Amino acid sequence: MALKKVKGTLERVLDKNLQDLVRGIRNHKENEAKYIAECIDEIKQELKQENLAIKSNAVNKLTYLQMLGYDISWAAFNIIEVMSSTKFTIKRIGYLSASQCFHDETDVLMLTTNMIRKDLSSQNIYDAGVALSGLSCFITADLARDLANDIMTLMTSSRPYLRKKAVLIMYKVFLQFPEALRPAFPRLKEKLEDADPGVQSAAVNVICELARKNPKNYLSLAPLFFKLMTSSTNNWVLIKIIKLFSALTPLEPRLGKKLIEPLTNLIHSTSAMSLLYECINTVIAGIPNHTASIQLCVQKLRILIEDSDQNLKYLGLLAMSRILATHPKSVQMHKDLILQCLDDKDESIRLRALDLLYGMVSKKNLMEIVKKLMIHMDKAEGSHYRDELLSKIILISSQSNYQFVTNFEWYVSILVELTRMEGTRHGKMIASQMLDVAIRVQAIRQFAVDQMAILLENSHVLANNSQRNGICEVLYAAAWICGEFSECLKDPKSTLEAMLRPKITILPGHIQSVYVQNILKLYGKVVRQAEDDGEEDLLREVNQLMSEKLPIFVSSADLEVQERACCILQLVKYVSKLLDKGAKIGDDIELLYAGELNPVAPKAQRKVPVPEGLDLDKWINQPPPESSDEEIGGPAFFTSGSEHRDTYQYESERKSYEPTAEELEKRREARKVEMEHNPHYLKGDIKKKSKKYDTSHIDDIPVATLDLSVPLHVPGLSASDKYLNMYSNVDTRDKSKKGKKGKKKKRRKGKETDSEEDLPAMHAVSTVEEMPEGAHLSDNENADEYSSDPFKKLDVNLDEPLRDDEKLPVRQHRLVLEASPDKELDGDTEKTKKKHRKEKEKKKDKKEKKEKKEKRDKKKSKSENKEKDGPTLLLTAAEEETASEANIVNNVENTANSTSPPEEQSDKTNDIEFWLSGSDAATTPSPVKDSRPVVNNVDRTKSPKLTVNDVLSSEEEDGAKVNEEKPKKKKEKRGSKKEKKEKKDKKKKDKLRRHEYEEAEGITTPSKENISMSQQGTPMEVQLPPMSSYKLLAENATLRMTYETRVSPQRSDQIIISVVFNNQTKNHLKDLEFNVLDTLNTKLIRGLGNSHHDAVRVPFILLPESQNEGQFAFSIESISMSQKMRGTLTYIIKSGDGSTHEKLDFKLHLPCSSYLVTTPCKSDEFAELLASGDLPEKGSCKLTPVDTEFPHVLAKMCFHLHFRLIEQVDKSASLFSKSIQGHPVCLLVKMVNGSLNVDGKSSESKLLSGLLDDIKSLLTEES
Amino acid sequence: MIKAILVFNNHGKPRMSRFYQHYAEDIQQQIIRETFHLVSKRDDNVCNFLEGGTLIGGSDYKLIYRHYATLYFVFCVDSSESELGILDLIQVFVETLDKCFENVCELDLIFHVDKVHYILAELVMGGMVLETNMTEILTRIEEQNKMEKQEAGIAAAPARAVSAVKDMNIPQKIKDIKLPDLPSIGNLKF
Repeated sequence: MALKKVKGTLERVLDKNLQDLVRGIRNHKENEAKYIAECIDEIKQELKQENLAIKSNAVNKLTYLQMLGYDISWAAFNIIEVMSSTKFTIKRIGYLSASQCFHDETDVLMLTTNMIRKDLSSQNIYDAGVALSGLSCFITADLARDLANDIMTLMTSSRPYLRKKAVLIMYKVFLQFPEALRPAFPRLKEKLEDADPGVQSAAVNVICELARKNPKNYLSLAPLFFKLMTSSTNNWVLIKIIKLFSALTPLEPRLGKKLIEPLTNLIHSTSAMSLLYECINTVIAGIPNHTASIQLCVQKLRILIEDSDQNLKYLGLLAMSRILATHPKSVQMHKDLILQCLDDKDESIRLRALDLLYGMVSKKNLMEIVKKLMIHMDKAEGSHYRDELLSKIILISSQSNYQFVTNFEWYVSILVELTRMEGTRHGKMIASQMLDVAIRVQAIRQFAVDQMAILLENSHVLANNSQRNGICEVLYAAAWICGEFSECLKDPKSTLEAMLRPKITILPGHIQSVYVQNILKLYGKVVRQAEDDGEEDLLREVNQLMSEKLPIFVSSADLEVQERACCILQLVKYVSKLLDKGAKIGDDIELLYAGELNPVAPKAQRKVPVPEGLDLDKWINQPPPESSDEEIGGPAFFTSGSEHRDTYQYESERKSYEPTAEELEKRREARKVEMEHNPHYLKGDIKKKSKKYDTSHIDDIPVATLDLSVPLHVPGLSASDKYLNMYSNVDTRDKSKKGKKGKKKKRRKGKETDSEEDLPAMHAVSTVEEMPEGAHLSDNENADEYSSDPFKKLDVNLDEPLRDDEKLPVRQHRLVLEASPDKELDGDTEKTKKKHRKEKEKKKDKKEKKEKKEKRDKKKSKSENKEKDGPTLLLTAAEEETASEANIVNNVENTANSTSPPEEQSDKTNDIEFWLSGSDAATTPSPVKDSRPVVNNVDRTKSPKLTVNDVLSSEEEDGAKVNEEKPKKKKEKRGSKKEKKEKKDKKKKDKLRRHEYEEAEGITTPSKENISMSQQGTPMEVQLPPMSSYKLLAENATLRMTYETRVSPQRSDQIIISVVFNNQTKNHLKDLEFNVLDTLNTKLIRGLGNSHHDAVRVPFILLPESQNEGQFAFSIESISMSQKMRGTLTYIIKSGDGSTHEKLDFKLHLPCSSYLVTTPCKSDEFAELLASGDLPEKGSCKLTPVDTEFPHVLAKMCFHLHFRLIEQVDKSASLFSKSIQGHPVCLLVKMVNGSLNVDGKSSESKLLSGLLDDIKSLLTEES
Repeated sequence: MIKAILVFNNHGKPRMSRFYQHYAEDIQQQIIRETFHLVSKRDDNVCNFLEGGTLIGGSDYKLIYRHYATLYFVFCVDSSESELGILDLIQVFVETLDKCFENVCELDLIFHVDKVHYILAELVMGGMVLETNMTEILTRIEEQNKMEKQEAGIAAAPARAVSAVKDMNIPQKIKDIKLPDLPSIGNLKF
């Protein structure tokens, strides 16, 4: 056996290898195909051998043949065999071949999954490398799903070569398997900071490709990319990053500001043209409003355009055209340069320069530029460039409603001249311009009609070329203009004759039908003129002409032409009959076309309101039963109108009886007869018809053949040049005149010629366009065009934490015990856990830094930066809810040392906000957002539902929580799954709590609350009246506002008022604006750039009978005084009848207690504090509370005034709290015979007295 | 993204074609032909970019090419690639070929199209630029060549002997179609 193999091998040595094949093909130049066919047969033989080396040789040859255009997909299986070889050389041949010919539909690809997996995990990096390279070409959705995990592993390989390739191929994986994007993204992000520049570059590359399609998801990476941009020296990476920024900046204006400096630096410093060019592009795309940078770009571009290197010239012009859109003035300064480029020998450059012309023209130079382009057009080779020139001429002349055309005679002449251009595709464009000008510029009509008449006279020239090009479209316009404005025609009869030439029939149908229609118009004109002048001969002549020539249209193959011609022919016959009787009919014919036609606005049709009760989808009649197919079908597929009516009238009858075969036959006969007699029927037999209409003279019509030496020149055309000359004459005349005048005038003249407006426009362009009543052109109607973009699927939020189910599919053996995959999973999660922990630590550091910085910034400014999509000062309740949720989860997770994605997320958003706003030294990064989690912390500890236990036992609760956590830790060790479940539970619980809190309804039974309560089991389970910290702010018939104050110990200069807006109507309330008159002490934070009078917008609309919560931040100076502020809320009620603007005044009361933060304090600390003498200020008060239950009193004080119970002995208790600025307050409360004694100690006397007042009013007021 | 890399000679004969998006073989040939027609009628002193291949791409795509003696190197790329960057990449590609084949000429590409593919695979992968550093590329190629030699070893000795004999038959490998002197890397605009 082995011997046989060896023998086979030796024989095969004489097989052709690739070089032999190539040589052979070169030696058989005459019969290449035959030779290759022979070779393919040989290859097929070789592929049957068992030896892989031989097979690989065959496959190698096939790959070459594939390049020559031969299909080699039949060898797909053999290719896979070669790929599976253990030898690198052979494997490589297989993968190369596969990458050349495999694709999505190659079904054998599903066999490769395991083989590729093996190669990917090979010890040899080149095995894996070659597999990755191949896979990148033929990856399918299945392969992507099955191999995603393996590729992910390679991304962390120790070899940069493999990491690089793995990172790059991930893009292909994402395209095929979009679900992989989110799980893989963190690792991809890591690679941005890889030590190896190649890997880094690959990661940048992939993210750039991703971000190009869905930029908004990658906005959070901006700081990282910014760092890379300022640190990297690799031009490839820099270019990619800068390109990425040009996609990101339009989404985030602040990013642009941040980029200005580094980009300008790069522009100034770099010697690499490619980098310079990309910088310029990004500046144009990202910061188009920064005039200085744009100026710099234009300068640099000029240098590029002036460069002798054609490539730079090309790119310079390309970028220039982008600037043109935003800064036309800056580009116009370089008009000379751009016009110069029009003469460049390079077509690409000329085309780019043409693009720029659009912005270069003015009233003064339009004629000149067009003249130049016309000359180019004559010289130009290649229809592409000529077409481009033609469309540019029209575009620049017609732009912004013919703004730059001063002389329309000139323009019409240009259009007529353009019709001479051979082989243009833009006939339609010229035609529509002619129509537009003739209709809208009334003054030019006479001239236009004259020109069009000439065109019609010479229509044979244009019609001759109709087969080759679309220039005959011009005749459409010419015919219509001559017909519609026939009163301007000098000799309508000769035009009519021209339109009735038999040659016309070679024109396309739609043009012929316009001809026919306008023939009637002209006919009417001629008849009328003849009647007026009493020229009977002329009348007869015209009638004769019409009845002779019209039949050529009647026999047209085009239905529309035929129908119109028939109709008109009958009309002419009738008219001539009447004329014979001596009746005057000219006026009546003209009436057919009376009335002015105005242009219709492009969107008019869509704006026509659908009449009430019209349902276009409804059947007008009963849908015909299927049996009717049989009847209507058959030879007659154009049924006449009467036939239609018949069928529908029969409808009801047909239901009652089934027609027999004979009856059907009969009907068919009847129909045939009817058809025969119906002139409108298009019959199969044309001979008959022509007989009928007696058009045998057709051939007798004398056709005047014109002898043209220059076939394409339309004689009698006024050359457009004369207008140019005229204009320049006027100009020079003007100049010489002005030159004679004094110096003063000269100076003025200089000014005048600068402004181009003083050039007189000779004709007015009417801008009247027909629109249905009440409709406006400007109405937005961007119908959402849903594009089936494959990148849609990759549009996922990458900042969101991974869900449990989002994992890359890991291969699993089916018949293994359940435990083993679990282990695998565990390993995986553990890894990620570690990673996350690291990340979190980083984040923490950042956060700390941020906070430090914030404090620094704080002093600088108290105003806030309010950006459009940046942090708003108002937080909706919903937003807050998620935040608090996140917060709780964090707490759980912090103790559990597990991943905390939500925090990451909020951090991230904060990070980018911070990073973006960091550049503006005067702004602090959104304190509201920062303080948010903290505020929620407070909310949480101050437990939402009040029971006596809850309020009084907060300290114990804390303790209990610690206890609670211990078993939790143990549990977590058992498995990550459980932990996740718990997390979920916790989340749910929290949601529940939160929900109840919002409602603030009443007490629930303690058992419903957390475990801590049952553990504690204090005897005092007294029912409390319902309590809510929300106080009424203002109320009217439509709106009710309640508010609550929130503070955070971290921010000593801020207080947040959370206002619940409750819509009490059945209408929408919108445009809510909240404003408060600032006091010296307390100021509403309104955002940067807003004065202290501006209102703060509430970022939501109130739906009918709904409520929503908005938060407003106030900066405060001193916390020792209670504050009362006046404010107003303005809003718009949108009801069915319209909307009304209303306002609601309110008084915002901020008592001293609103500055207190519930702070825990141990009883011994409390005692120490009292004894230390740090609290010199004393105060006391005596009052008789309405509610005499001592626990109730305590609960109320704790809840409303933010105190915390330290100790309670019988009917006396000590309470503690701290202000946000750190002033401690201690209270001793005693209940004696229904009256309450309160003694307080604090470091701030005003605060204390304010607080005592608060207590008094709280407890003595009827609730 | 790079959509395709084509190398053909002054007569439009394909010397290497690499499509990063699947096209049927006949369409591939059409694309090559069309590209050749677009490129070949351009003078040498005009810019190296052109738009307007109808078969491949569309408005977002550009053809970026360089012409060396008898060969055109054409890259079809979309707007996410830097035009000048790709021009430099072509230069890197050609210089790498030059190093690997020792004074590369069209014949090298004709007879060793597989090797050209392997070299290209170190520069571009799946339509994305993989590596632009020439020393790195050369190291990788050399290492792979070493592996190839090791594997070939004794097993391929007879084959090599035969091919040596075959080689003797050819009049002589004509290396007259040389590439012009390549500008050194220092002159690159990059």
